[in-house]
Amino acid sequence: MTPPRRDERPGALVDGTPSRQPGPLRRAALACRDFTQQVLVIAWIETKKIQRDPTELLTRAVQPILWLGIFGVVMNRARAIPTGALSYLDFMLPGILSQSVLFIAIFYGIALIWERDLGLLHKFLVSPAYRGALVTGKAVSAGIRAISQAVIVCLLGLVMGAHLRFTPLALGGMLLFIVLGAAIFSTFSLIIACIVKTRERFMGIGQVLTMPLFFASNAIYPLSLMPDWLRLVARANPLTYQVDALRALMIQGGQSTLGLGLDLLVEVLVLVGLITLGAWMYPKAIR
Amino acid sequence: MSGPAAAPRPAAIRIEGLSRNFGALVAVDHLDLTIPAGSLFGLLGPNGAGKTTTIKMLTTLLPPTAGNAEVAGFDVQRQPREVRRSIGYIPQLISADGALTARENLMVFARLYAVPRHERKERIQQALAMIGLVEVADTLVRRYSGGMIRRLEIAQAILHRPSVLFLDEPTVGLDPVARRAVWEHVKELRARFGATILLTTHYMEEAEALCDQLAIMHQGKVVAQGSPAQLMFEADEADTLDDAFVYFAGSAIETGGTYRDTAQTRRTARRLG
Ligand SMILES: Nc1ncnc2c1ncn2[C@@H]1O[C@H](COP(=O)(O)OP(=O)(O)OP(=O)(O)O)[C@@H](O)[C@H]1O
Ligand SMILES: [Mg+2]
Repeated sequence: MTPPRRDERPGALVDGTPSRQPGPLRRAALACRDFTQQVLVIAWIETKKIQRDPTELLTRAVQPILWLGIFGVVMNRARAIPTGALSYLDFMLPGILSQSVLFIAIFYGIALIWERDLGLLHKFLVSPAYRGALVTGKAVSAGIRAISQAVIVCLLGLVMGAHLRFTPLALGGMLLFIVLGAAIFSTFSLIIACIVKTRERFMGIGQVLTMPLFFASNAIYPLSLMPDWLRLVARANPLTYQVDALRALMIQGGQSTLGLGLDLLVEVLVLVGLITLGAWMYPKAIR
Repeated sequence: MSGPAAAPRPAAIRIEGLSRNFGALVAVDHLDLTIPAGSLFGLLGPNGAGKTTTIKMLTTLLPPTAGNAEVAGFDVQRQPREVRRSIGYIPQLISADGALTARENLMVFARLYAVPRHERKERIQQALAMIGLVEVADTLVRRYSGGMIRRLEIAQAILHRPSVLFLDEPTVGLDPVARRAVWEHVKELRARFGATILLTTHYMEEAEALCDQLAIMHQGKVVAQGSPAQLMFEADEADTLDDAFVYFAGSAIETGGTYRDTAQTRRTARRLG
């Protein structure tokens, strides 16, 4: 039981007690480096977990299969929803992808409650890591999971005969918006978890939120089809901007109705806002 | 004390009038306590006495309702980041990730604490050797026994060479053998790194075997303080520390801990067991 003892450094105590004072610029650069490093550590944990338990990724493919394979096929036949030059399948594919990313991300906070109940969260919060970095790390983690979801949905779409665009720019843009979307809704979820604190209440709220977010968006029907009040709600829903961008990027002949620039701006602003709020809420999860 | 000129004396805890309320409940009630550098200090008290709440305030996890505290020479409210850099903490609950291996768990914290890149591997290996987990370093922590998890947590808490360590019920739910192993490691921590250690426990034999100073908390206040021998003497010359504990915290037997306290203690015990 007693290990061999090596190097006893007497008085090897505090690391890096700040003795010299670096200038403000250098301090900011160091802070940025630390922040990034910390975000990457948290995201690295997630990749380890995905590697070890890939089955989870497969079970998550079930829902998009049902939506595309049943709802999509029926609606494609019915031609009930005017989607311009696009087939209904092409129209809905970015919507279903966004939806499956949303459904995963919105329950992401449950992991936080789990970590809190265990005591892991306490350990992270007493570390000198920036709270913002911990929250951003979680958002990036959710983004990583979402990418696997995107691969599955795109493969499904191809099998069903969707007209996907595969230029590097389109793929890069698609990844960006998927990660952004996942980051937004997972951070939103994290904030809810910080407030409700118990698994049961959290699951209830998650369930209540998903459907309105999905239906009050342009995921499966265009904005132009909505009554005015619903269109207003949809315009306030980050999912709408994500779908709008993905439709323009992923699908041959697909077009953005809101403008890619606006889509990106809204998504980034919402994410920054949520992460700021999340960083402030995070320590409250254990109080 | 806080000016840059007055070099703060590290590795000590100074608590002044520290209080924390949860609604109407006063969990910690104007606590005053000074813990000298290098000591192994035991905080005792019945369930719900306020031990964990005190530790949470000292580790910057919980803002005090009133009063203040200094840890390692830093103010817990005004210099939380400096405090965090100087301390190690093992929560009452489990704090190692079961989905990662021991080595990965250590790597996460080595990086979060910004242990210099060229030293990480070496320090992790050293920590693993110290707590005797080298052979199982690449096994998922999920497969570990309670004692192994606790040892891993100890390793995790010392990677960055903290000058003050907080151990909240480090041996709850462990069998006697594992408990003694933890004792040895705690003693070694102090001998080797000269860290100040604050631990809480419900086991009097543990307090007696490990700590050179004790404080008994009851309903948020310190009701007695001193070396184990002193406490026994003051408690009407009690024969054992158990008797001394009952003497000082006696009325707690009737008040007991709340449902919440009991549930939490048992949950930890079950997870670790
Ligand atoms: N977040 C909280 N909200 C409300 N009450 C709390 C909270 N945390 C602790 N308490 C209450 O504060 C009191 C002190 O709790 P604390 O956990 O500090 O006790 P303890 O001495 O650590 O007990 P134990 O030996 O059971 O771990 C208890 O009555 C507890 O119920
Ligand atoms: Mg406690």
